Order: sequence, then structure tokens, then C-alpha cells
Amino acid sequence: MTSPEVRVLVSSGRHPVSGRSGAAREDARAVEMALALAGEGVTLLHAGDPADASLRYYLGMFHEVPGLPSVGRVGRLDLLSMPAESDATSLLAEQLRHAGASLVLTGMRSEIGEGSGLLPYLLAERLGWNLVAGVAAIEHCDSESATILQALPQGQRRRLSVRLPCIATVDRAAPAPRQSAHGPARRGQIRVIEPQESAGVALDEPRGQWRFEPARVRPKRLKVVKGGSARERMRAAASTGGGGGGRVLSDLDPEAAADELIRYLESERVLQ
Amino acid sequence: MDQLLSVLIPAALIVGALGAWRRVRLWRQGRPAAVNLLQGMLRMPRRYLVDLHHVVARDRYIAHTHVATAGGFVAAMALAIVVHVLGVENVVMAGLLGLAGLTMLVGTLFVARRRLEPPARLSKGAWQRLPKSLMAFSLGMLLVSLPLGGLVPEGAASVLTTLVLGVLVGWGLLELVVGMGWGGPMKHAFAGAAHLAFHRRPERFSDVSGEGRHPGSRSTALLPLDLDSEQAPGSEQSMGVARPDEFGWQQLLGFDACVQCGRCEAACPAHAAGQPLNPKKLIQDMVIGMAGGSDAHYAGTPYTGQTTGEHGGAPGERIVPQLVEPETLWSCTTCRACVEECPMMIEHVDAIVDMRRFLTLEDGATPEKGAVALDNLIATDNPGGFDNASRLDWAADLELPRIRERPEGVDVLLWLGDGAFDMRNQRTLRSLVTVMRAAGVDFAVVGEEERDSGDLARRLGDEATFQQLARQNIATLSQYRFARIVTCDPHSFHVLGREYPDFGGHYRVLHHSGLLAELIDEQRLQLAPAASGSSLTWHDPCYLGRYNGEFEAPRRVLRALGMEVREMARSGHRSRCCGGGGGAALTDVPGKQRISDMRMGDARDTGAEVVAVGCPQCTAMLEGVVEPGPQVLDLAELVARALVVSEHNSSTLREPQEEVPA
Repeated sequence: MTSPEVRVLVSSGRHPVSGRSGAAREDARAVEMALALAGEGVTLLHAGDPADASLRYYLGMFHEVPGLPSVGRVGRLDLLSMPAESDATSLLAEQLRHAGASLVLTGMRSEIGEGSGLLPYLLAERLGWNLVAGVAAIEHCDSESATILQALPQGQRRRLSVRLPCIATVDRAAPAPRQSAHGPARRGQIRVIEPQESAGVALDEPRGQWRFEPARVRPKRLKVVKGGSARERMRAAASTGGGGGGRVLSDLDPEAAADELIRYLESERVLQ
Repeated sequence: MDQLLSVLIPAALIVGALGAWRRVRLWRQGRPAAVNLLQGMLRMPRRYLVDLHHVVARDRYIAHTHVATAGGFVAAMALAIVVHVLGVENVVMAGLLGLAGLTMLVGTLFVARRRLEPPARLSKGAWQRLPKSLMAFSLGMLLVSLPLGGLVPEGAASVLTTLVLGVLVGWGLLELVVGMGWGGPMKHAFAGAAHLAFHRRPERFSDVSGEGRHPGSRSTALLPLDLDSEQAPGSEQSMGVARPDEFGWQQLLGFDACVQCGRCEAACPAHAAGQPLNPKKLIQDMVIGMAGGSDAHYAGTPYTGQTTGEHGGAPGERIVPQLVEPETLWSCTTCRACVEECPMMIEHVDAIVDMRRFLTLEDGATPEKGAVALDNLIATDNPGGFDNASRLDWAADLELPRIRERPEGVDVLLWLGDGAFDMRNQRTLRSLVTVMRAAGVDFAVVGEEERDSGDLARRLGDEATFQQLARQNIATLSQYRFARIVTCDPHSFHVLGREYPDFGGHYRVLHHSGLLAELIDEQRLQLAPAASGSSLTWHDPCYLGRYNGEFEAPRRVLRALGMEVREMARSGHRSRCCGGGGGAALTDVPGKQRISDMRMGDARDTGAEVVAVGCPQCTAMLEGVVEPGPQVLDLAELVARALVVSEHNSSTLREPQEEVPA
């Protein structure tokens, strides 16, 4: 298995308790998956503030783990310099197009900012690459294609064969990241790439009008357990809720599928 | 005979000196450190005779034996040079030589007796040969002196006896003089003397206490790692110790001085619990790493669960895992029992932490729960990952004064420690607050601005996180005015008092036992006499006792409570660890039994109803032992229970009495 060139998109995270900036937990899993797959062939990529110290955490993961590929002595991170409020999509897309990477890993969504989880989709669209969401493991990867295990609810897995190049977002079901060590974190090289004049960083205009506030915990829907037997109560408690009410539609033409989606969104009052 | 000796002795001295030179080169493979050669050598005899003596004398048998054997040897050797090499032959010299030989022979007989059925802690192998070699030398010297002293006619020596005597003395010289330089059991004399002269922690000796790095202490603070210089651009130097040649040369010298007496082995709680650590073997492994080779010739107790002969090393090769398995290093509770026991003043804990530093800072190989705790310390300033703003939640009803509201300053700054997040320790803290209020102590807390002292991070080898926490805490404390810091956590007590000075934080720190003793001495507490016949025992926390020499204050408090204080089999400077120090509760290396169970067994054996503790870690570890056993109560709780409460005081004063033991 020739280890491919792997890029990992990393972002600055936010600790859920202290609110301190640090590594984003899903991105750390993506770095772990990349290092376990490609070792020295991994380069990290970030678009944002060059002074952000929290990115060093990821570089600290560039140390040897017995039984996994060697990662070399110094981790590398390419940093596309831009104001934190800007839209990173075009910068990242340009960089990836020219870098010649075949596999790009990242977390499902960022922990700060919009956190919409849309960035990988936008990149895949712009680059015309494949996208796999919610990866639990990469079983095999060569220069042409990859075999990927996708995480589904309740521990289910789906095996996918994907042609490269491809963007994959890493699920929380993926293996936990290795420890970040101080030595490699300080040794790691951050290469700051200033944007070219022509690239022109697009300022994210709508975002300027938004008001940000801390997320509140959403109230959970109560599960009313009517069953009398212990077994039923146990099953109700263990189930992830929801489900059951949906319909499986297959072999629809795109028009009809879109109509179904719109109808659903209207019924849920997302569209009015 | 005389001619034979006049050749043999100089020859042995020259060959021995060559070996010694080779030994010095082995030590100098370590990282350089400047020493004052002349001053060290001048200080050595006094350090040996005074400072070492109190350690050696704990084993009276071998102490007396060593005086006779070593003293006899040094005298006999010196006299033999005068008599046989320099040729000063007269009756007086011969008599003295005979006397020295006789003294040594007597000592040797006792050495031989110990080696007949040696205790398990002693190494066998080459060490079993030593009494025979000693006997050959001393007997030879004694017999050679007889004709010179006129006790036996000069001509009586036949060719045969001359030959036999020559073989005896030659054998002795080979072991004692040549072996001293080239290796073998007698290497300890040369390396040990040099180790005393150039010890890495000179503060441990009475001739330098009060000057240097840690004035007035037992020199138990870990030495800081210079993170900036070790990270200089282009530097290939890694942080901590990965290879034997990355130890300081004085550390290598210290390892080489080991006599394999196994006192550390007998004292080590991890070894007793069947975890894969034996301090004696660890030091021998370091010697193997320094000199190169395998551990097949090690003739002592191996690490539990491992067989000798499977590990080996070289000066420039990785220690972990070829020479030492990581579990060995993570088993250590940093209780310092081994260092306290060592008659050669070897620093086991320094070596273990140095190797842990590499594993954590460079290899990212801290055991899982330890790594989680380190991540938490970085993100939330406490190892549990709690919101640091909740550090005072337990005291919501106590209206504790904050130091930031007292710009004029206070007498006592109460340092809470991470026990503030632990429900068990919160009871202790509440009791301490009750007692301090009853005594009218002028105190305040830092509260939300307080961070973990960094003890855990430092013992797990994460010097970077430790230094970060230390600097932040020092910056916080520098804003406020207070006369002293009081804490009920001996780890904070040690780190704030002994390890922060290296980073510019100089404070007067008291463990709460010290404060309680002071309040009792000044009669600021009204205590009701305890029920007659009730007894308790005091568990000395390592970081209070062995690390900081505070054995007396807690006992004074307990005596003032009017209870009978019984001592456990291991107490005072020989107290057994609870198993919770040095991150061992997190790294949790499997063994055959748990250290806390053994310690609770010690407490049970005294028949006391209560085991008094003074440390949140000890409390947690000892309370985790299954019943039946003595009740675990903190010193502060015991004092709070005995308080005579006057009616006008706040509700908190009542609380400890209402507590019902679970």
C-alpha cells in the first residue's frame, strides 16, 4: 500500500467547559486518522489568523506511535493567512487544487464560528471531488481509490469504495486522537502563505451582520414510556429516539426527489 | 615475600587507576555540569562520616561491619604501602598493619555471616564472592605482618607458605584495588566516594545546607527543565532523558555507586504491591545502559512479572522499551521512600521523572488517563476538567472572603487545591474553615483565580504545563498581600513552597497541620477532651513528611485532642505511601495488590479506630479500601469535631458535629 499524500484541514476549537481555544476534537481525530494512514505524507492546512497558537496542538501529534507509520521529526502546517471573519472556501479550494493532494480529511464541523459543517461540501463542489461524510475508519487507500467505513447511527457501519481525489469528514466514532506532545508541537513548522492579489479574499458579508451568542442547551424531547415490562422500558431507554415515522423513497427522478424534500421541509416549517 | 608485595601492590594500584580512569570516562558520557574538584574532594570525608552515617546506621549490623571492614582495609592498604613499597619496616608499623588486618578480618567474618543466608533484598552473584575476597586480603595482610613484627621467626616462611600468602594477597588486591576501578562489587567504594564529592544535590549534605538552590530544605524539589534552551532552533537535543548519555554525568556517577543493598527495594510500595518496579533493578539498568550490555548478570530481585536477560541497552540507545519497560517508570508514586533509604544518596525519583519527561514531552506516551488529565490541565486549569469557576461551589453558603476584596492584605491565604472539586475533600475544607473561624484567623481565599499547583503535571513529566501553571499562579499571587499560605494539600504545600522559588515565587507556606498546631499552642481553640480510650494513628503523607520533614506538627495536634496516638509499623520518615502520588492513581499500572490496601492493613494492625490523614489524595486512596477498617478522618475534621462551639457563631460551626459517618 503506497501511502498517499494526505491533507488535513484543521481549525481552532473551543473547549466546551472553559471556552479556551485549543484543538477542535473532530479535527484532532482527522489528524489521527491521517497520521495512522500516511505518516510522513501528512500536511495540515488551515486558513485563518497566523498568530493562532492553538494550531500547535495538532503539530504536537507528530510523534511516533508503536505499530503505526513513522511521522518524521517535524510536523508541517500550511497556514493561509486571512482575517478570521473571511470565507475560507475559495482560498482552501485554490490551495488544494494546486497542492496535488488526493485525500483531504477534516472534522464534521468547526467548534467556533458558524459551525454549519458546510465547508467540506462547498470545497467538494468547487473542486469537483467526491465527498464522504462521517468516516469511522479508512480500511485501504492507494493512489486511485479508498475503502472507507462510514459511521451510521447506533454503531452501524457502511463500507464505501471511493475514487480519489476525495474529501472525507471524520466522525466521532473514529479512533481517539493520540496525545499532543510539547516537543513536536514546538518543533513543528508553520508555513504562512500570504494570499495572492488575484485570489482576493472574499469578505463574508452576511456574517458581518450576525449576532453571536453562546449556544444554549436545547431542551430534549421527553420520551414517554408507556410499556409496562422492564424489557420495553429498557429498549425505549436505549433507543436513540425519533425514527419510525419516515418514508424510504427510492428510484425517484431528481425533480420528484426535490419536490419531496421541499414538501418535508414545509411540513417541518423550515420553509414557509 | 616482601619483594613480591613491593611489586604486587604498585602493580595493582596502577591497573586499578587505569580502570578508574575508564570508569570516569563512562560517567562523563552524561551531560556536562561543572563541579569544583578540589572542594568536592575536601568535603567528601565529612559527608561520608557525618551525613551518610545517619542513613547507614539504620541497619546497625552492617554499619558496624562496614566500619570494621572498610576502616581496616583503608588502614591496612595505607600501611602496606608504607611498609612494603616505601620500605619502612619496623615493629611498630608491622604491629599496626597486623592490627588493621585483624580488624578487617573480624569485619569480614560478619560480612560472611550475612551472606550465608542473605536477606531477599540483597543481590547475590558477584556480591557473594566479596566476603571470600575480603577474607583473602585481610588474612594475607595479617599473616604477612607476623614475621615483620617478630611474632614468627623471619626464616620460617617456606616457599610454599610464601606462595600461598602471595596468592591470598594477590586475590585480595585483584578484587579490592583492581576491581575498585574496573568494576565488580568494590566499584562502589570509588564511585561512592566520587558521588559524595560531586553529588548533584549538594544541599542534601550539612556542609552546604542554607546556601545554593533550595536553602533550608531537604532538597526534594524537582530540578527545572530549561524548556527554551533545549528547544533552540536546530537543536537535536530532546527534552528529558531518552538515552543513558542524556542523564547528567553526576547522575550516571550516582547510579554507578549503587551497592545493591536493596533497602530501596524493601521500602518501595510499588514493588511490594507487585507492580513491575524495583528501584534497585532500575538503578542497575541505568548502569547497564551507561556501560552497555544486557541485564542477564543482574543477580537480584527482578521487576515483578519480568525475567532478567531479556533487556539490554547502550549509552546512545533508547532506554524505553529496550532497557526499561514504560510500566516500570509509570509505577512510581514518587514517594521518595527509596531515596530516603539509600545509603549511597542515589536520586531514584529524579531519574524516573527525567525519563517520564521524555515520554510525555517528546513521545506523547503518557498513559491514557494521565494524558487526559494533562489535556484538562491545559484547557481548564484542573486535572478533572471541571469549570474552574466552580472551585468555590462547595462554599456557596460560607461567604468566604476573597483575597481580591482584601487589598490591605490578610494573615492567611487559604489555598484550596484541586480537592475543592472532590466532595470528600470539601468536607475537610469546610472543617478547616470552621476551625479557622473559631480561632479568629484572618484569612481569605484566591477562589476562581486559583489554578492547579502543577504537581500532577510535573510528576507525569509534563514540565511545560507545570511551568505554565506555576508562572500563572505566581502572577496571580503577586497581585495580593498575605503573610503566608495555608493549604490542606501537601502536594500544593510542597510545590508552592519548594518548587515555585525556581520560578520567582517565594512564599511562606504552611500545611494545615502546622497552622492547627500553632492555633493550639497559642490556645486559640477551645477543644473538648476526647472520649477516653479512643485511639488513632497518623498516616504521614509523603509530601509532608519525607519531602518536607514535617512529622511533629500533626502529632502535636492529635495529642492535644487527647487521643492515644499509635504508630504504624511504617511511620515517620519510613511511612508507606498511600499509592496516590506522582500520578500513580491515574497511570494505574496493574499489580498483585493495591498499595492503599497494604497501607490500610498497616493502620488496621495498630487496632486504632481512626486513621488520621492530612492529604486529599491519601484520604481518597485510603477511603477506597473495603471495610472493615479504621475510619479515615482528616486532621481538620478531628479538630472541628472537638471544638467547643460558642452559641453566637455561624451555622457552619455546627456542621461537623452533625456529620454521621457513612
